[in-house]
Amino acid sequence: MLLIRCPYCEQDRPEVEFSYAHQAHKPRPEEAEGTLDDHNWARWVYYRKNIKGVAHERWYHAAGCRKFFNAVRDTVSSEVLATYRSGETPPIEESRIEGEEISFEYERTTEPTSAEEGK
Amino acid sequence: MSQKFRQSEGGRIDRGEPLSFTFDGQIFEGYRGDTVASALLANGVHLVGRSFKYHRPRGIVSAGVEEPNALIDCNVTEAERGTREANNRATVTELRQGLTTRSVNAFPSLRFDLGAINTLLARFFPAGFYYKTFLVSTRLWHGLIEPIIRRAAGLGVSDESPDIARYDAHYLHADVVIVGAGPTGLQAARTAAQSGARVILVEQDSLCGGSLLRDPVTIDGKDAESWINDVTADLAAMSNVRVMTRTTLSGIFDHNMLTALERVTDHLDPGQAGLHTPRMRWHRIRARQVVLATGAFERPLVFRNNDLPGIMFASAVETYLQRYGVRAGDRGVFVVNNDMALSAAIKAHHAGIEVSVVDVREADRSQRNEGPNARSLRDLGVPVHTGHTVIAAHGARRVSGVEIAPMTLDGGKISGESRVLACDFLATSGGYNPIVHLHCQSGAKLDFDPETACFVPGPPNPTTPSLSAGACRGVFGLNQALIDGADAATRAVSALGATVGPIDAVSDGPVGKGTMPVSSSDDAHDGDLRIRHLWLLPSDKPTSKGGKYWVDFQNDVTAADLELAVRENFRSVEHIKRYTTLGMATDQGKTSNINALGILSDVLGVTIPEIGTTTFRPPYTPTTFGAIAGREPGDFLDVARVTPMHDWHEANGALFEDVGQWKRAWYYPRPGEDIHAAVDRECRAVREGVGLLDASTLGKIVVKGPDAATFLNRVYTNKWLKLPVGRCRYGLMLGEDGMIMDDGVSSRLGEDEFLMTTTTGGAASVLTHLEDYLQTEWTDLKVYLTSVTEQWAVASLNGPRARDLLAELCTDIDLSPEAFTFMSWQDATVVGIKARIFRISFTGDLAFEINVPADQGMALWSALMTAGSKYGITPYGTEAMHVLRAEKGFIIVGQDTDGSLNPYDMGMDWIVGADKNDFIGKRSLSRKDMADPLRKQFVGILTEDPSVVLPEGAQLVSAEDAPAQAFPKSPVPMQGHVSSSYWSSAAGRSIAMGIVKGGLARKGERLIVPLEDGRNVPVTLGDPIFFDNQGERQHG
Repeated sequence: MLLIRCPYCEQDRPEVEFSYAHQAHKPRPEEAEGTLDDHNWARWVYYRKNIKGVAHERWYHAAGCRKFFNAVRDTVSSEVLATYRSGETPPIEESRIEGEEISFEYERTTEPTSAEEGK
Repeated sequence: MSQKFRQSEGGRIDRGEPLSFTFDGQIFEGYRGDTVASALLANGVHLVGRSFKYHRPRGIVSAGVEEPNALIDCNVTEAERGTREANNRATVTELRQGLTTRSVNAFPSLRFDLGAINTLLARFFPAGFYYKTFLVSTRLWHGLIEPIIRRAAGLGVSDESPDIARYDAHYLHADVVIVGAGPTGLQAARTAAQSGARVILVEQDSLCGGSLLRDPVTIDGKDAESWINDVTADLAAMSNVRVMTRTTLSGIFDHNMLTALERVTDHLDPGQAGLHTPRMRWHRIRARQVVLATGAFERPLVFRNNDLPGIMFASAVETYLQRYGVRAGDRGVFVVNNDMALSAAIKAHHAGIEVSVVDVREADRSQRNEGPNARSLRDLGVPVHTGHTVIAAHGARRVSGVEIAPMTLDGGKISGESRVLACDFLATSGGYNPIVHLHCQSGAKLDFDPETACFVPGPPNPTTPSLSAGACRGVFGLNQALIDGADAATRAVSALGATVGPIDAVSDGPVGKGTMPVSSSDDAHDGDLRIRHLWLLPSDKPTSKGGKYWVDFQNDVTAADLELAVRENFRSVEHIKRYTTLGMATDQGKTSNINALGILSDVLGVTIPEIGTTTFRPPYTPTTFGAIAGREPGDFLDVARVTPMHDWHEANGALFEDVGQWKRAWYYPRPGEDIHAAVDRECRAVREGVGLLDASTLGKIVVKGPDAATFLNRVYTNKWLKLPVGRCRYGLMLGEDGMIMDDGVSSRLGEDEFLMTTTTGGAASVLTHLEDYLQTEWTDLKVYLTSVTEQWAVASLNGPRARDLLAELCTDIDLSPEAFTFMSWQDATVVGIKARIFRISFTGDLAFEINVPADQGMALWSALMTAGSKYGITPYGTEAMHVLRAEKGFIIVGQDTDGSLNPYDMGMDWIVGADKNDFIGKRSLSRKDMADPLRKQFVGILTEDPSVVLPEGAQLVSAEDAPAQAFPKSPVPMQGHVSSSYWSSAAGRSIAMGIVKGGLARKGERLIVPLEDGRNVPVTLGDPIFFDNQGERQHG
């Protein structure tokens, strides 16, 4: 069971107090309609990086302060390299041991289009 | 024949305290300090069980946790129901007064077992027997073969009555946890303890000492027993040290979370345990550093009939002799491939046992190759047959002799005449396997040491670090092991940032000096570890002919089975394991896996490390489920949440339904009523008079702050900015994928305050969802969320007489339809209780939802029931609630929706504020697929025969696809399924709703619902509303 430091409580707490809350630093495109085409919108909604290596993750201190925060975790060894508050810059970069990075650009288009749907 | 094989003195048993116990109904005597195995051996009993598959007679082979054969059920009399435990290893089951035990898998008796006929039929039960049988016929499998196997195979019989024992859970924290209190672990513990670190020493045995218990060496000028006693006494006196015996460190998990099972009372005589003492404790230990000193298992040799009772490990013979004062027999042959094991032969000789030795290592006429123990034995006049192999062991229920023959130098085949050595026990040693289980559980890898043919620990996993020391990392010599233990402890302590100082530095440390002890052990212990690897001892016949070569005793896997698996083209060790069931028994292959790898490496022509090991998983040894459950079985398994009115429901005969963790009143049957009659009566009361529902469980969240309205506008699909104070509105919540997530009514309490309600089951996840957006996406919004679900009790008064009743109890506000309109709320006083009343309806009838502080809930409920009696007030439960809402076509999120349905699919276009700038799910709703006319959509379903109530979950198919029989041979395309279905007395017929492909455009179409009993029920699709289609009643 992991030991995770909550950056708000400033304590090492056992994993059972937390919930994993998916990939970090994936802000919601604002005023969504008309800014992203269907293809890129689907990427934002459905795709996750799923990194084998050092990944930026969100965790939720569900049975504690109920704050969402970010963690840098090695998904192979499960070492938690750092935790930091929402909105802060990650102290360690992500790195992938193997596998391909899925292109994940928020390519903003001026007009909504579904031309790329189905690709 | 009482304890005929017990030595008159020596050992760690108390001859002054005899204990009697039973095995298979027969009474035996042993001593305090015995295990069941040692006591049986003292009485000359070797045959203790029948094997899993072939019902082979089996005996005690080990003296420890690795025992594959000697499984017994304990506490087996009728009077001990609730305490019986199956498949205990007799070798670690401590004897206590009056212990009752029995052998496993023997029918009708251990000595005469009918199942042993399986041995004669063995050629019909090859490796992969089950899988091959599956292929023949599933009918044959289920009808004939499986029942036979289930009866014939298997081990002990579980107790089917509830476990009456009590178990506790403990949480511990330590700087250094040391696993194993043999010489290495003791030395590590005393070293670590000197630093002042918090140390926990865990030992599965009842005694500390490990291998020293069978080996009377001198350490630090003391005999082993005094050394152990002094070290443990010193440790016990230190406040920073905890020594836990009878405690098995069963698992290592991420970041060194350890689990340990402590057996507290099993060894105590009846009546000795304290009234409140738990039977076991389950410890969860968070360790900063871990030192593993878990030792090694002796490895069996694989030869023909190597499973006969009386064939034991050399170390086990030594342990029974030294620790328990028990001779394994009168005449023993020691078959070894290393010299270290022969120290047991020397001790046996000195104990008066007639000993001879077979050493499979290369013959060397000058005996220069011989180890020191072999030399000593020769000097003692013991016959030593060097360079010999075992062709077969002989005997029926006990080994009676061993047939040996000289081998060629390469060990490939027989090179001379065989001869038989008579014996009544056979001690074997095929080398030693370091116990690397915990190391592997921590996520670290293994290295293979070709010299000793051992897997040894590789580098530790940095995130769950542990240091192995002593025999468990292949350091077998005693002096080296002591140094290794101290060294590992020093490294563990320095990793903590503390240094290991002299013991005097610790104020309460009474131990004199932290100097390294020196043992008297000589070459016999530390020198000659050369092993000759003959994974299969050469014989005169192939493994498939004649008697079997047993590899896995507990699952009856033979060398021929492994060879067959390879012939059938299994290559991966993980596949071979599952195909042959090797290592899959309760001992998890502790004695068999390495031998199997050796045999496979010979057959496959690859090295052992190329084959690799199978995965080591917790628990290290079998663990009682009750200990893991601790104090939380039964009612304590999960939280049960009850409403303030729960006692009333219970007193009035309600049956309850679990909704999330809540207990909700389901229906209130009157005498003689079944669920249908009760629900029908409850529904009619609401439609014709007045009914009362406990709605306290609905999630309630206060949304407060200057941006509260903006926030709701973004999390609901519809518009909220202009909702006036005092008004209520139904809201639908989507995920970012555009699919329905939750729904409920929210009310504006003030300009900057709303009360949101959620579904009962969705309350927690909705709150998390909202917090997520507030904390991470819309950090500029000034909004606070507070859960008030449990602060309010809610009584929902429904039906045409609801106003008449409420008017009698609430006089401070005008309840008329003009003054108190539908979808609004007012503060009021009801029977003197300050209340908030909402005119919202989930039944489609006139309704008032009365909210009062939780502690007033019961008073309100009782007053409503009393005053309502003249209106025939009827409490109704969730089942009637479901019928009433279905009559109106109101959906239940999670029943009518399943996470793949959007508002358009549900025909709820009216609630989507498409012209709003943004809301969660909006962008997804405009994806092309969301408008696909062939999406599954929500419709009403009416059976042509109004009396037929469809089962929920039933499938809908096109009329032309209607199957001719139940369970048609080929699949039929499904058009959709029934999500809600009831008998509606208001509609006077059955009603149903469901989702159907393109359903919104198919209203009026006729489909078929094929049922399990073969009936095809014709139905017609329509609108999902069955009563009061204009929706007039709720405005009443």
